[in-house]
Amino acid sequence: MKALISSQQRRAKIYARIFVTAAFAVLGLSLLVLVLLFADLVMQGLPRLSTAFLTSFPSRFPEQAGILSAWVGSLCVVLLCMLFAIPVGIATAVYLEEYMNKSWYNSWIEICLGNLAGVPSIIYGLMALGLFVYQFDLGASVLTAGLTLSLLVLPIVIVSARESIRNVPDNLKEAAYALGASKLQMLRHHQIPYAQSGIFTGVILSLSRALGETAPLLTIGALTFIAFLPQTPFQDTFPWINFNWLGDPYTVLPIQLFNWTSRPQTEFHQNAAAASLILVTLTVLLNLTAIVLRNRSRRKYQW
Amino acid sequence: MFHTNASKPFLIFLLMLGLNATANARTTVKVDGSSTVFPITEAVAEEFQKEQKGKILVTVGISGTGGGFKKFCRGETDVQNASRPIQATEDLQCKESKIGYIELPIAYDAITIVVSKKNTWLKDITLAELEKIWAPAAQGKTMTWDEVRTGWPKKPVRLYGAGSDSGTFDYFTEVVNHKAKVSRSDYTSSEDDNTLVQGISQDDSGLGYIPFAYFEHNRNKLSHVAIKTPQGKLLSPSTTTIAEGTYTPFSRPIFIYVSARALEKPEVGAFVNYYLKNLSTLAAQVNYVPLPEKLNAMVRSSFEKKQTGSLYPKTDEIGLNLETLLRKNARQ
Amino acid sequence: MRSPFKRALEFVVERLLGLAATLSVGITFGILFILFREAIPFFEHVTLKEFFLDTQWSPLFSPARYGIVPLLVGTLVTTLIACTFAIPAGIMVALLLSEYVPNRVRVWLKPIIELLAAIPSVVFGYFALLVVTPFLQKLIPELQGFNRLSAGLVLGLLILPYMASLAEDAFKSVPRSLREASYALGANRFTTAFGVVVPASFSGLSSAAILAISRALGETMVVAIAAGMLPSMSLNPLEPSATVTAYIVQVSLGDLPHQSIGYQSIFAAGLMLSLVTFSLNIVAHRIKLRRMERSDG
Repeated sequence: MKALISSQQRRAKIYARIFVTAAFAVLGLSLLVLVLLFADLVMQGLPRLSTAFLTSFPSRFPEQAGILSAWVGSLCVVLLCMLFAIPVGIATAVYLEEYMNKSWYNSWIEICLGNLAGVPSIIYGLMALGLFVYQFDLGASVLTAGLTLSLLVLPIVIVSARESIRNVPDNLKEAAYALGASKLQMLRHHQIPYAQSGIFTGVILSLSRALGETAPLLTIGALTFIAFLPQTPFQDTFPWINFNWLGDPYTVLPIQLFNWTSRPQTEFHQNAAAASLILVTLTVLLNLTAIVLRNRSRRKYQW
Repeated sequence: MFHTNASKPFLIFLLMLGLNATANARTTVKVDGSSTVFPITEAVAEEFQKEQKGKILVTVGISGTGGGFKKFCRGETDVQNASRPIQATEDLQCKESKIGYIELPIAYDAITIVVSKKNTWLKDITLAELEKIWAPAAQGKTMTWDEVRTGWPKKPVRLYGAGSDSGTFDYFTEVVNHKAKVSRSDYTSSEDDNTLVQGISQDDSGLGYIPFAYFEHNRNKLSHVAIKTPQGKLLSPSTTTIAEGTYTPFSRPIFIYVSARALEKPEVGAFVNYYLKNLSTLAAQVNYVPLPEKLNAMVRSSFEKKQTGSLYPKTDEIGLNLETLLRKNARQ
Repeated sequence: MRSPFKRALEFVVERLLGLAATLSVGITFGILFILFREAIPFFEHVTLKEFFLDTQWSPLFSPARYGIVPLLVGTLVTTLIACTFAIPAGIMVALLLSEYVPNRVRVWLKPIIELLAAIPSVVFGYFALLVVTPFLQKLIPELQGFNRLSAGLVLGLLILPYMASLAEDAFKSVPRSLREASYALGANRFTTAFGVVVPASFSGLSSAAILAISRALGETMVVAIAAGMLPSMSLNPLEPSATVTAYIVQVSLGDLPHQSIGYQSIFAAGLMLSLVTFSLNIVAHRIKLRRMERSDG
């Protein structure tokens, strides 16, 4: 008996060591690639970074070209995207987990969702072209882009929200009910807070995806050369805020990047590297907010 | 629902939008279409906006010639960048939407046959040899260079070219194989000409066709291959030979199409006039070959007369001499 | 006890949430509808037999050939390479993060891995073409300039953060009590990880895997740039190929007139890809259900 246990233990120790080495190797490799990518971008693009680069419009002269319209456009579009995708995604996840009965319809919805995650982004673009641009007559505007991207990232938000809601232990929910909470109260004050950290992961992944998209936006009319910004939402007369900027034309960073990379002049390639750095920085900054919030909820809501 | 204060970041975002520079008058000219013509239109738009001091804004998209025509014939854009003449189906669409168009050739885009600088033996090639290499029958059959011309080494034939959805592909195949889209398909194709440059420059046994601008910027990596006429003359691409029209048949005109309906807006007319006036300088700046001045003058006059319709017959005929067409048009 | 107002609120909220859920289903059907509608004119010209049985895809050449299988082979091979790398790697990294690494480290390490997802796919594509391929060519001289191996590996890198991050969330949700019980029985971290945590989080893991696979199937830019545009039936990863997505992007942004059959072919191709994804999802769902039944019982 003793010999058996110790040989099992020995095997477990060996496997454990192999696993840890392999896992750290994989981790190391991925981080190495990340570092390589960054190093390459930084070497090419850092010399080009300057306030002028961030505040100029595109130009045929690489030294004068800048990404002002691109990063403003990216910011507007992605924030709109999150504004639509997060509430709808969470609402769908809540409904699917808490309200729907485990019927065949529910299975179909899960399959549909997995399917949606795999639809190539350009197909979303083509669909959005028919639906938002023509049917709803929203034109080639910031609003269309936000809506299209939100459809694109919705599956990510839903899947991660759903998993995290599902993983909240039943005893926590039952405890809430036992104290007399209604379903709504239980959701609002108990289940969703505990599921928050997983939801934030979904938000982080979707932000990154939305910021990096090129093809669907090109299809719905994002521009490549635009030397002005969307209108300011502030105005002098009541109600002091307007939403005209939603209907304005725009461009986004990945499109500018892609366009510059395909030019023959190497100076434009440098611009593209600099723009990539800005794009990654922008993504990281936006992600940081979600990451900080996620860490806070993880600490607060442990089980 | 979320136990955080989300309103602060949102306010900051609104504030940032408020710090934008704005244009009060949003008169905009919308241009879309080919990515080949894009660099020229971008240059014009940039200078035009500077001259107008922001009173007239110009936006340029790159949906491709096909996508651009679709929008153009729906009245969504004012000017269309096209790397090829309008086709019959598109012309019909425009007719159905009652959008007349003015066709304006603006520059030459030349296709250059290139090999790596490492290649020491491929200096010129005849059209017949090109056909031997690129015909569909060559797929899997013509695999080494000595089969193409005696005296060339027995090295593998490796080809690079434009993607099959592009106007460059249509044009090249029409010239070499006498019918558009007819080609062997086992070659490295890419939308991104930089990738082709990269591939060819590292391959001492490779041959490819790329736009002239990409060759110009990579003279340190690539050598051009002269076209040998049946009479033995060698045609090399350069800004002079392309402009004169002697580098045939591999130079093709590229166009902008102006919507007659859009011309009712004064800003569109102002833009196109500026375009035609400054075309030669700006096109040269972005490495395209502008049309010779006499042809430019004919194009300008056809715009002034607002002559609608296309000079190109709908039979996808290629290699038609632009000068002949324009002269014929001017006489009418 | 419960005011009628509260009851009404509950009812309204439930209906609103239901509306949100219907939206997702609506989108799926919207996409399928558009694909079908645009693909119909294509199938008026091309027989289904030719579409499924022809071994060459060259719709933009003359004479055109419309066999979809080469495109599917291209997509599947690249996805397979990507997932063979990313799914095990993602699970391993996630286990490291959740079981081995101290909290202080995990707090910044997980976001760094998620940073991989922040890199635009265009940048990954050029990375594959200009860095990975030349490097691999030193190890494998027959590797061609455009090839599926580099594209697949880099694609794997692209989906690694999805797999790792979601898997880590799944592992973190396994109650501590289960782990403690395992340790109490004398298991070490590795046995606990593979014997308890992984099986307990199977549902989350499979969702993550399905998401990752779907993402790989639908990825456009990386394969468009690095794998080339040469539809072929070959399974050799050292050669170029064409994926469905790269083809769709190439044509929709190209010079073809939108009424032409060449353009319509992208909808037929997109439809095929959706059907493949759909079937994969159904299969995965079945496996998941069966596994959950077994573990619940």
